[in-house]
Amino acid sequence: MTIPTGRGVVWLDTPPFPEAARRALADDQLRANLRQATTTIRDKRLRVTGELSDWEQLRAAGAAIKADVGRHLDRYLVQLEESVTRAGGIVHWARDADEATGIAGDLIEAAGAREVVKVKSMVTQEIDLNTALAARGIAAYETDLAELIVQLGDDRPSHILVPAIHRNRTEIRDIFTANMARNGRPAPDGLTDEPAALAEAARLHLREKFLTAGVAISGANFAIADTGTIVVVESEGNGRMCLTLPDSLITIMGIEKVLPTFADLEVFLQLLPRSSTGERMNPYTSLWTGVTPGDGPQNFHLILLDNGRTATLADPVGRQALACIRCSACLNVCPVYERTGGHAYGSVYPGPIGAVLTPQLVGVEHAATLPFASTLCGACYDACPVKINIPEVLTHLRAKVVEHKRLPTFEAGAMAAAAALFSAPRLLGLAEWLAARGGRLVARGGRIRSLPFARAWTGSRDLPAPALPSFRSWWRRQQ
Amino acid sequence: MRVALYITCLNDTLYPQTGQSVVTLLRRLGCDVAFPAAQTCCGQMHFNSGYRPAATRLARRVRRQVAGFDAVVTPSPSCAGMMRDQYPVLGVRQETPVYELSEFLVDVLGVVDVGAVFPHRVSYHPTCHSLRGLRVGDRPLRLLRAVSGLELAELPAADSCCGFGGTFAVKNAAVSTAMLADKVAAVHAARPEVLCALDNSCLMQIGGGLSRAGSAVRVMHLADILAAR
Repeated sequence: MTIPTGRGVVWLDTPPFPEAARRALADDQLRANLRQATTTIRDKRLRVTGELSDWEQLRAAGAAIKADVGRHLDRYLVQLEESVTRAGGIVHWARDADEATGIAGDLIEAAGAREVVKVKSMVTQEIDLNTALAARGIAAYETDLAELIVQLGDDRPSHILVPAIHRNRTEIRDIFTANMARNGRPAPDGLTDEPAALAEAARLHLREKFLTAGVAISGANFAIADTGTIVVVESEGNGRMCLTLPDSLITIMGIEKVLPTFADLEVFLQLLPRSSTGERMNPYTSLWTGVTPGDGPQNFHLILLDNGRTATLADPVGRQALACIRCSACLNVCPVYERTGGHAYGSVYPGPIGAVLTPQLVGVEHAATLPFASTLCGACYDACPVKINIPEVLTHLRAKVVEHKRLPTFEAGAMAAAAALFSAPRLLGLAEWLAARGGRLVARGGRIRSLPFARAWTGSRDLPAPALPSFRSWWRRQQ
Repeated sequence: MRVALYITCLNDTLYPQTGQSVVTLLRRLGCDVAFPAAQTCCGQMHFNSGYRPAATRLARRVRRQVAGFDAVVTPSPSCAGMMRDQYPVLGVRQETPVYELSEFLVDVLGVVDVGAVFPHRVSYHPTCHSLRGLRVGDRPLRLLRAVSGLELAELPAADSCCGFGGTFAVKNAAVSTAMLADKVAAVHAARPEVLCALDNSCLMQIGGGLSRAGSAVRVMHLADILAAR
C-alpha cells in the first residue's frame, strides 16, 4: 500500500527552483531587504544562544524528545485525543488538506459565522484554508501583522517567521492604503511609512475584527499528549486576542506537533524563541486545555492533520524533518535563501527545511529541484535547535529524485561516463592529457574565459586550464 | 609512517602543483609518501548528485587502494569528509584512517611550524566542509601564523559559503554567482595578495570570480604556502 502524500503545500505556478531563483535574484530591492533582515536576526540568535552554557544539551534534548514522538506517534496521538476530549474539546482527524478545510468549513457554518479571525499558522497556509473558506463564502482575516500584509497584498508568505520579509515599509504603507478598506476599517488618511504609524493602522483595523468575530482559527506550536494542553507562541498579542475573545476556537495542527508531557515544554520554550526571533522569551505564550466554563472559548475543536506526514514518517532518514518546530533559524543562516528569498522555493515551507520537507510531503517527483537548492554548506544543521541533519536529508532525497527519473537525462549520461572514466585509471590519464591539450587551445594566460558546453560555469567565472603534466604523470616520472 | 596520498580528481587534473606541494611537505616532515596509482575519484560528485550506486563502486575502489597504509592524507576537506562520513552511509567500511592535510599535520605529526617562508599578505577562507563538516577549527590558521613573513588579513564574513557546492555551481549557476560576488567583494575588502583555503574546488570558484573581475589577488591552497621556502 502506498501512503498518500500531501496536497496544497506547493504553488503549482512556480517554475523549478533554478529558474524561480534566477528571477528573484534580479530583484535588487528584495535582495537588500533579505540581507538586512536575515543578518539582523542571525546576529541576535547567536547572542542569545551563545549565552546559555547548556545550549547544546538543550538541542540534544529537543532532538531526543522529537525522535521519541516520531517513534510512538500512534500512541501519543490517541492519548492527545483522549486528554482533549476529557477536557471538553472535540477532536477531528483529517487525512489531507481537503478533509481539513472541509471539517473547518462545516464547523464555522454550524456556528453560524461568516467571518473568522486567524492566529498566524503555517499549517493553515499549507492547506490554503483561506481560499477553501472563501469558496464557501466565509471570510478569514489574518491578524498577525506580517500575515495581514501578505493577505492585503494578495501575496504569498516568503518566510516561516516573518512572512512579509520581502516587503519594506514603503511597500507596506502602499498596501495598507490601497487595500485595508476592502476588509473593514480603512487605513488612516495620510498614513506614513513610520513603523509606529503602520502598527497603529493595523491595530485599529484588527481591533474591529477581534471584537466582532465569533470564531477563531489557530495552529499549534505544541500539543501535550498527557494533559491535552495546546500551546501557541507569538509576539504581537493578536494570538491571545483570537484565543480568548471569540466563542468558538478551531485549532488545526500537523500530527507531528504532539509532545508527550507538559515537562517537555521546558526544553522547547527555551529552544524556540531563542532560535526564531533571537529573544530569550517570546512576549505571549498561550496555553489552554479544552474548555473552561465562563472563561474563553466555549467550543473548542482540534483538527489533526496528516497531509503527507505519515508518508514522511515511513522514511527512516527523511523523517527527522518532522522534528521541525518552525523556528526558521535555518532560513536566516542559509546563503541560498538569503539571495533568493522564500518564493523561489514554490512552497509555504521555504529555505533549507522547505527543501527537505516539501518534497517529502508532496512526493519527490513533484518538487524534484528542491533537494538540489543547496550547496550543502551545513549552516542549517548547525543552527537547527532540534539538530535536523538537513544536508544528510538533502543528499538522501537527491538519490530518490535520481531513482524517480524514468527517462534517461543528459546528466545521467554524463554521470555514467564519469563513473566509467573513474573506474579506469589509464583511460582517465589519457582523458586528462587530451583535456590539457584541448585546454591549451582555448586558454589565454592559463585561464579559460569561455567554453562551449560549460557556459553555466564560464558565464560568470574563469576556469583554470588543465595542467600538464597531471599529478599522476608527474608522480610516474619522478619515481 | 606509510602515508597514502589521495590527490583527488580535481587536483590531479587542474591543480597538480598542490599535489607536488603535499609530497614535498610530507617528505620534509619525514613521512613515507606513496601514491596508489589506480586511484581516481572518491565518489563525492556522484554521491552528492544522487547517483549512489556509482558512488558506492568508487568508494569500494578507494577502500582497495588505501588498504594496508597507516593513513590516508588528502588536500581536500570535502573529499576527506566523503571518505570518513559518507562511506558508512553507502555501507562501505573503509578502515584506514583518513586525514585532511591540516588535521594530519597538527594532530598526527604534531607540527604547527613546518618551516615555511611566505612573505605575503594572506586571507584565509574556511571552506564549509572544513569548518562545519570536519570541524578543523583553527588548525589551518595556526599553521599559517607559524609561516615566516606571512601577514594574515582577516576576511569579512569568512564563514559564508562561496557558492561552489559541486554541481550546484552549474545547476543553480545564478545563485552560485550571486554568492560568489559577495565572496569576491569580501576578498577585495580584506586586500590580500593571496587568498588561501584548504580546498581547490572552492578556490576554483573564488579564483574564477576574482580572475573574471580582473583582480590581482591569487588563490593558493594551504599546501602550496606551507611548501614555500
